[in-house]
Amino acid sequence: MQETAPTLAPAPFEPTPLERALLDRFQRELPLVPRPYAAMAEAVGASEAEVIEALARLQAAGVLARVGVTVAPNRAGASTLAAMAVPKDRLEAVAGLVSSFAEVNHNYEREHRFNLWFVVTAANRGPVEQVLASIEARTGLAVLDLPLERPFKLDLGFPLRWR
Amino acid sequence: MALSPDDRALLAALEAGLPLVPRPFAALGERLGLAEHAVLVRLAALRAAGVINRAGLIVRHRELGYRANAMVVLDVPDAELEAAGRRLAREPAVSLCYARPRRPPLWPYNLFFMVHGPERLATLRAVHAVLMRAGLESVPRAVLFSRRRFVQRAARYAPADAGPVEAAA
Repeated sequence: MQETAPTLAPAPFEPTPLERALLDRFQRELPLVPRPYAAMAEAVGASEAEVIEALARLQAAGVLARVGVTVAPNRAGASTLAAMAVPKDRLEAVAGLVSSFAEVNHNYEREHRFNLWFVVTAANRGPVEQVLASIEARTGLAVLDLPLERPFKLDLGFPLRWR
Repeated sequence: MALSPDDRALLAALEAGLPLVPRPFAALGERLGLAEHAVLVRLAALRAAGVINRAGLIVRHRELGYRANAMVVLDVPDAELEAAGRRLAREPAVSLCYARPRRPPLWPYNLFFMVHGPERLATLRAVHAVLMRAGLESVPRAVLFSRRRFVQRAARYAPADAGPVEAAA
């Protein structure tokens, strides 16, 4: 699965009032009850069917990655943030190689000499190191291994500012 | 908290997201041979233990117009790292803040934080304001804006046969 952003970004998605309400209220408050969408619906004054439909629309638009969970780093396995300084003319190819590993779950180009940043996650540290070593061997480029040492703030979603 | 094989299987099954049906936990349980109630109890326990740090709508910010995503990296003296991290974590504009190891001479930075904004200038202003308030404006730093996204998907914590889980990394 590889996503490459188009050169010209599309206009930002314009959510409906119901979609906004859901995005504002439920980035970290998934109701753990048998009918979670009915519970969301009650909180925002809609029907369960309307909420399910709105979530499906958000998902189709690519705004909603999924209704789901995030796991605290290194609680369910091992992960690291890795960085590489890739010559510009090799960036596409190296990014493609990096993305081809199932253990890689984020892979971004950033503006810096270290221009390729990715997260490697596995059940334990062994396979994480194997992936990094394999990428180094196959590209001939050094990979910075920057595992989390101390979290000060985890991803808790964030308040969206609607225009 | 040690994860049982059932917990791993449950987190793995959630990787693709909760189905958009009226009884999604029942649907999830059906795939795992678990009752709806058992699924809910396990998820609540994993959340209470902090293994699950967030449950809810996982949003792609770029698609909502938050295109200027800055990773700010700082070289903070070790003795000040803890206090600096705590100050940054209190800032609403900071979505993530982590200490990571330096890799001299290639990589001198040990404190990372993330700021999202609609465009570069707004993000840079927010970064500057955060650094001023945290008293970190004179610390060596770099601001790395994201460009292309090659992959954003849930992480695979479980062994290949058990399937994946999303990381907060």
